[in-house]
Amino acid sequence: MKHHLQRLLTGLGFTLPWIIGLGVFTLYPVIASLYYSFCDYSVLQSAIWVGPDNYQRLLHDGTFWLSLRNTLIYAFGSLPLGMVVGLSLALLLNCRVRGTALFRTIFYLPSIVPVIASSMLWLWILNPSYGLINAALAPICHFFGQQPPGWLTDPAWSKPALILMSAWGVGNSMIIYLAGLQDVPEVLYEAAELDGAGKWQQFWHVTLPMIMPTIYFNLVMGIIGSMQIFTQVFIMTDGVQGTPAQSTLMYATYLFSTAFFDLRMGYACALAWVLFCLIALLTLGATRLLKERMSHVQ
Amino acid sequence: MKRSIAGSFLIYGLLGSLSVLFLAPLAWMVSTSLKPLPQTVSLPMTWIPRAYYATIDGRRLEVSRDAEVAPGLWHVTEFSPTTWFTHKPVTAIVPAAQIETVIRPRWGNYPQALAVMGGGSLDVDPSLLPDHPFAASADSDVSFWTFLANTLTVCVLGVIGSVASNALVAYGFACVKWPGRDWFFALTLATMMIPGPVLMVPLYTEFRAFGWVGTLLPLWVPAFFGGAFNIFLMRQFFLTIPGDLTEAARIDGCSEWMIFWRIILPLSKPVLAVVALFTFLGGWNDFMGPLIYLTRKHTFTLALALQSYQSRHNGVEWNYLMAASVVVILPIVVLFFLTQKTFIRGIATTGLKA
Repeated sequence: MKHHLQRLLTGLGFTLPWIIGLGVFTLYPVIASLYYSFCDYSVLQSAIWVGPDNYQRLLHDGTFWLSLRNTLIYAFGSLPLGMVVGLSLALLLNCRVRGTALFRTIFYLPSIVPVIASSMLWLWILNPSYGLINAALAPICHFFGQQPPGWLTDPAWSKPALILMSAWGVGNSMIIYLAGLQDVPEVLYEAAELDGAGKWQQFWHVTLPMIMPTIYFNLVMGIIGSMQIFTQVFIMTDGVQGTPAQSTLMYATYLFSTAFFDLRMGYACALAWVLFCLIALLTLGATRLLKERMSHVQ
Repeated sequence: MKRSIAGSFLIYGLLGSLSVLFLAPLAWMVSTSLKPLPQTVSLPMTWIPRAYYATIDGRRLEVSRDAEVAPGLWHVTEFSPTTWFTHKPVTAIVPAAQIETVIRPRWGNYPQALAVMGGGSLDVDPSLLPDHPFAASADSDVSFWTFLANTLTVCVLGVIGSVASNALVAYGFACVKWPGRDWFFALTLATMMIPGPVLMVPLYTEFRAFGWVGTLLPLWVPAFFGGAFNIFLMRQFFLTIPGDLTEAARIDGCSEWMIFWRIILPLSKPVLAVVALFTFLGGWNDFMGPLIYLTRKHTFTLALALQSYQSRHNGVEWNYLMAASVVVILPIVVLFFLTQKTFIRGIATTGLKA
């Protein structure tokens, strides 16, 4: 019995920092956040219980729906693009030609650039008059008698601009895809080749099912990340304004301005919990979508 | 596997052209950072920073080419970044053939950019231009080195805190058997699903109650109390260390602390490196944390200082903005090349094991 107690004390001793951390920086905030979401709360005064008011108000809040729509468009644009670009790069690198390490470094490099700096850079690259992209596009556009896109100055092009930028930072998922590809046993390809499968069939019937868990992981990480996009839009589109014409007002920027500019902290907590549910739903959807294809691997 | 020559060419062609696409933005950032301001907005765009000289009124002056007024004739303006506010620059129309072009990167943009980032300026004397935007903020001038020191404080204390605390906690989860351990670990994993915005408001309230808003404390103190993901990562690694090793040490009468310190830690350098590296990066790149908690300029981190500089100037001085961005990126790029193996392994393992 004494031995048992000693083990417990040892275990608690080693995990003590986390017991405190979990309580102070996670569990208490989760409970408080849930409580505040049913309150009027401005930080300056103590919270006043208002019941489900905040959640009801959400339904009639045009800005909420707009920011949700913008965020979903961004997510559904950047996720497939990131998947195609990331997987294509990984497939190329997996060809095992000489110099793979160099190319891997080159493709990965943009994703270590701090988001603050990449936002500055892309703000400049997307500049309609002097930016790199339009300098490249202008001859083509003029040939067809078109003006090059206004990117972040044009409500119709501002979200595609952010989606394009996200594809540049695809390095992380590329590395994960590459690791997944390298784990596919060579014998499977040999067997497929013996059965007379061409390259495309091998990709479709061997590679893709085998890396389905990797795709699933990247997809879930992508959902969590893109639904919370904040820093890029905060820097590139005038803070929480979401210029032009609120076309880049994202869920997280709306939440942030609600909390820290309007000091409507209770309402912000309600927004946060709705975001949590949305992410959970999308993740569940992704699981449903890929589960079938995954199960026949294992 | 044998591959045809045509196939290899195709692969190299694709890899090469994609590399150009991925590197072009970075190359352009460096190129812009070395240009004088007029060249950042001159068309057609150029990659190589230049200096133009022309002889106006018998004096050989550095000029900027404003516009081609007629075929082969340029309108030029005297260009000097240090005297534009003291006298009116001379202009002239000069034949293109008489403009001398020299390739010259402006390394001076870098100290200049660092100075304006803090609100000060090397070349504008506030007494000369009372309504210049820098003049008003002269008293709030903060040196670039202060921003760097703040950032390093957050990063280094964060690294120390997270390596120490997560290793201890992970040892408690991986190598000690105690009642309630598995239940507690499951709870730990469950908390990983909670997105940051849910915690944002209550954490702010909490740190406000501690009196920490406006200081760097909220940005590094939590690191000393562990994080679910890093605990998970380290625990998985500790589990791969043979249990016989620790059992033998226990029989020899080693205390748990000795086993942790003498056996587990020395064997776990790879995972400690991964956690240290990603904590450092997290601190360096964090923008939302400083945005919420830092209120006065002398506490700003580099990320926040860069953004505040950009928003004050509405992004007109692209050469300085790009120079400042290069300065923010460069340490990370150096760190990446020094620790490339740890980096790649970190991403690959965290990706596949999670």
